Amino acid sequence: MRILKNFRWWLAGLVMLAPCAMAEQGKNACVDCHSKLEGNLRVVVEESAASVHGHKAMSCTTCHGGNAEAEAKEKAHGNGFRGRISRAQVTELCGSCHADGERMKTFNPSLRTDQLALYHTSVHGKKREQGDERVAVCTDCHGVHDILPINDPRSPVHPVNVASTCKQCHADGDLMKNYRLPSTQFADYSDSVHHEAMAERGDLSAPTCSTCHGSHGAVPPGAASVANVCSTCHVLQAQFFNESIHKEAFPEGCATCHGSHKIKHPDDNFVGLAKGAACAECHSADDDPGRSAQAIHDRLSQFEAQIKDTRGLMDRAASAGMDVADAELEVAQAKDALTKARVRVHTASLPRVEAELNAGRTVAIKAHNTAEEALRERTRRRKELLIPVTAFLAVVISLGAYIRELERKQSD
Amino acid sequence: MNAAARVQTWIDERLNLEEALSPLREKTVPVHRHSAWYFLGGLTLFLFGVQLLTGVLLLLYYHPSAGEAYESVQNITNRVQFGWLIRSLHSWSANLMVFCAFAHMFSVALARAYRKPRELTWISGVVLLFLVLGFGFSGYLLPWNMRAYFATKVGTEVAGQVPVIGHAIMVFMRGGEDVSGATLTRFFGLHIAILPALTIGILISHLMLVQKFGTSVPESVEQEWEEHPDRRKEMRFFPNFFLRELMGWYAALAVLIALAVFLPWELGTKADPFSPAPPGIKPEWYFLAQFQTLKLIPAHILHLDGEVLGILGFGLGGALWMALPFIEVLAGARRVRWVRAGIIFAMIFLASMSVVGYVAR
Repeated sequence: MRILKNFRWWLAGLVMLAPCAMAEQGKNACVDCHSKLEGNLRVVVEESAASVHGHKAMSCTTCHGGNAEAEAKEKAHGNGFRGRISRAQVTELCGSCHADGERMKTFNPSLRTDQLALYHTSVHGKKREQGDERVAVCTDCHGVHDILPINDPRSPVHPVNVASTCKQCHADGDLMKNYRLPSTQFADYSDSVHHEAMAERGDLSAPTCSTCHGSHGAVPPGAASVANVCSTCHVLQAQFFNESIHKEAFPEGCATCHGSHKIKHPDDNFVGLAKGAACAECHSADDDPGRSAQAIHDRLSQFEAQIKDTRGLMDRAASAGMDVADAELEVAQAKDALTKARVRVHTASLPRVEAELNAGRTVAIKAHNTAEEALRERTRRRKELLIPVTAFLAVVISLGAYIRELERKQSD
Repeated sequence: MNAAARVQTWIDERLNLEEALSPLREKTVPVHRHSAWYFLGGLTLFLFGVQLLTGVLLLLYYHPSAGEAYESVQNITNRVQFGWLIRSLHSWSANLMVFCAFAHMFSVALARAYRKPRELTWISGVVLLFLVLGFGFSGYLLPWNMRAYFATKVGTEVAGQVPVIGHAIMVFMRGGEDVSGATLTRFFGLHIAILPALTIGILISHLMLVQKFGTSVPESVEQEWEEHPDRRKEMRFFPNFFLRELMGWYAALAVLIALAVFLPWELGTKADPFSPAPPGIKPEWYFLAQFQTLKLIPAHILHLDGEVLGILGFGLGGALWMALPFIEVLAGARRVRWVRAGIIFAMIFLASMSVVGYVAR
C-alpha cells in the first residue's frame, strides 16, 4: 500500500477535515483557509460535502477540534485543537461516535455500533494494539474526507469494491511477506465462481472477502470453521458433508476439495476418478469408495445426457408447432432432481445420490414420452391430412368436370 | 313428386322464394382476360365464413380474462379434440382473409371499378377492410401471450399519439393507462360482438350494392366490347360462376388445412406485464408498413413531432383512399392517370415497407 510504503501517516490526520468543506454551512474558517492551501492540507469542498458526514452536517471541529468560527489561525487552532489525526488515533476517534449507540441513534437507529469492539478482536486490531502501524485502520477501507455509505456503489466498501479494497494491502507481496501471508488471494478470487457471480452477474449477495472473513472483526477462518463459513450459504451441502464419512477425514472441510479463494464452478467431472477429479486425489479404481465415486459420476453424466436428449426431442416437437408445455414442466423437475443429486454428492453415498436421480428419471421419462407423443401426433396429423386434402381436391376436380359438362350442355 | 320437391313447393307457396331468387338467376358475370380477379371478393367472403365458424367453436372453450385466457388457449390447443386444428384454421384463415381483402381492394382500384355508379360499393368495401384489420388487431391480443401483449402495447401507444384526442383514445382502448386484463376484455367484446355485428351489416350492404350495380368491367375491355360487340361474353352467376367459386373455396380449404397441419399457429409464452419487451417486437404483417414507416420518420420535421405527423399522414391517406371515386371526378378525365399512378405508388409503398419491416431487426 502506497500510504504505508511512503510512511505518509499524517494523511490519516486529515480524517475528519471533511466537514470543513461544507460550503452550505455558511461561514467556516476551516474551509476558508484549507480550500486555498496546496498539497495534503488542501480540502476539496465538493468531495467532502458529498460524503456521508457532509450530508449529516458535521463540522470539521467534530474530529479536529478547534474553532471553526475564528478568523485568526491562532484562535482557530486554539482551544482543544487536535490538528492532524495520527493513524494511532483514527480507530478510537471514529469509535468515539460510531461506538456510541445513543449518538448514532440520532443519525440512523439501525446503524451498528459494534465496529470498534469487533475491530479489537480482528487481526488488524490486535496487531494495531501491538504497535503495528501498517495494519488497516478505518480510513484505509472507508476513505478519509470522502467517506460514502456502504450501499453507494462508489464506496470502497460497497460489496462490488470490497475485494479491490482488501487487495490494496493483501496483494502487496512485500507487505504480506512481513506477516508470512500469501498475496495471491485476490488473483485467486478473481478467477473464482464467487467473483464471477459478483462482478459479471452483478449478484451483490455473492461472497466477497468480508463475507467469509468478516469486516471489522476480520480474521482468517480457522480450519474447523471453514465449513461453518461456507454453510451460511451452502446449507444443504454442509449438512450432507457433515453426515458423510469425509467429515472426520477432512478437518479443513469444504476447502479440501474446493479450495478457498479460487473456487471454480464444479461440474460432474469434479467427481469420479478421471484426471482432475477431486476424488482421484485420494481414491482409485482399486478401492470401493473410488469405484463408488466413479459410479456417482457416471450416473450424473448419464442423467444429464438423458435430460439433454429429452430437451432435443422437445425442441423438435416445438419447432414443428406442437405444444410441449407439460413436458417443459417435467423437464424442469428433472433438472431440479439433477441439481439435488449433485448436492447429495457431498454425502459420498451412491445410494443417496441414486435415490434423488431415480425421482428425476421418472419425470424425465414422462417428459421424453410427452415429447415423443407430440412428434407421433405431428406425424399422424400429417398422414391424416391427406384424407381431407384428397377429398377437397377430388371435389375441385369433380366440380371442374361438372362445369365443363354443364357448359357443353348449355352451349348445345 | 319426390320429397325434396314437395318441401321446396311447400316453402315456395309460403315465402315465394322463386321470386326472391330470380334476380340471382338472371345475374351474369362478364367473361374476359381479367375475370380471375372477380374470385377474390368471393374468396374473402368464404374465409370470413370460416372465421365465423371456427370463432364460434373457439368461443366454447375460450376464457376472456388475463388470468385464464392463455391457459384456455393452451387447453384448446392441447386437450380439446381437434382444438389445435380449429385454432390454427382460425389464425391462418384470418391472415389469408386480410390478404384476399387487400388483393380484392387493389384489383378493384386498378380496374377503376369504383367509378360511377359504384362509389358506395367502394366505400363500403374500404370500411370492410378497416373492420377486417380491426378483427386482426383485437384478435391478436386474445391468446394473451408475450408477443401479443407487447404488440398491443405498441399499437395502442401509436393510437395515443393522435393529437388532442390520442390519449383519450388510448385509455379507452386499453380500459386504463396500461394494457391489462381490462384491455383483454374490451378487445374480446370488440372481436366477438361489435366488429362481427358491424361487419355483417356492412357486408350485406356491400353485397346488395354489388347485386344492384352488377360486376364492373375494366375500361379497356369495355372499350373493346363497344368496338366489337361480338366479343362480349358473359356467364350466368348461378350455377356457372358460383360453381367456379366453389372450386376456389374447396382449394382454399385444402390449403388452410395443410397450413394448419404443417405450420400450426404457435402459442408462445404467457404475457408477463412486468418482464421486458421481447427483442424485435413487431406487429402482424398487415400493420408492418405503418410500423416501419413510423420507425423511419425523423423525430422532428419542421419543429413538429415526426411520429404524430406520420400518424396524421396515415389517417389522411386512409381518408383519401376512401374518397378515391370523388378525387378522380375532381381531378378530371385528363388527370386520371395521376390517380392511377397514386394507386400504384400506394401499393408499392405498402409492399416495400412491409418487406423492409419484416427483414429489419
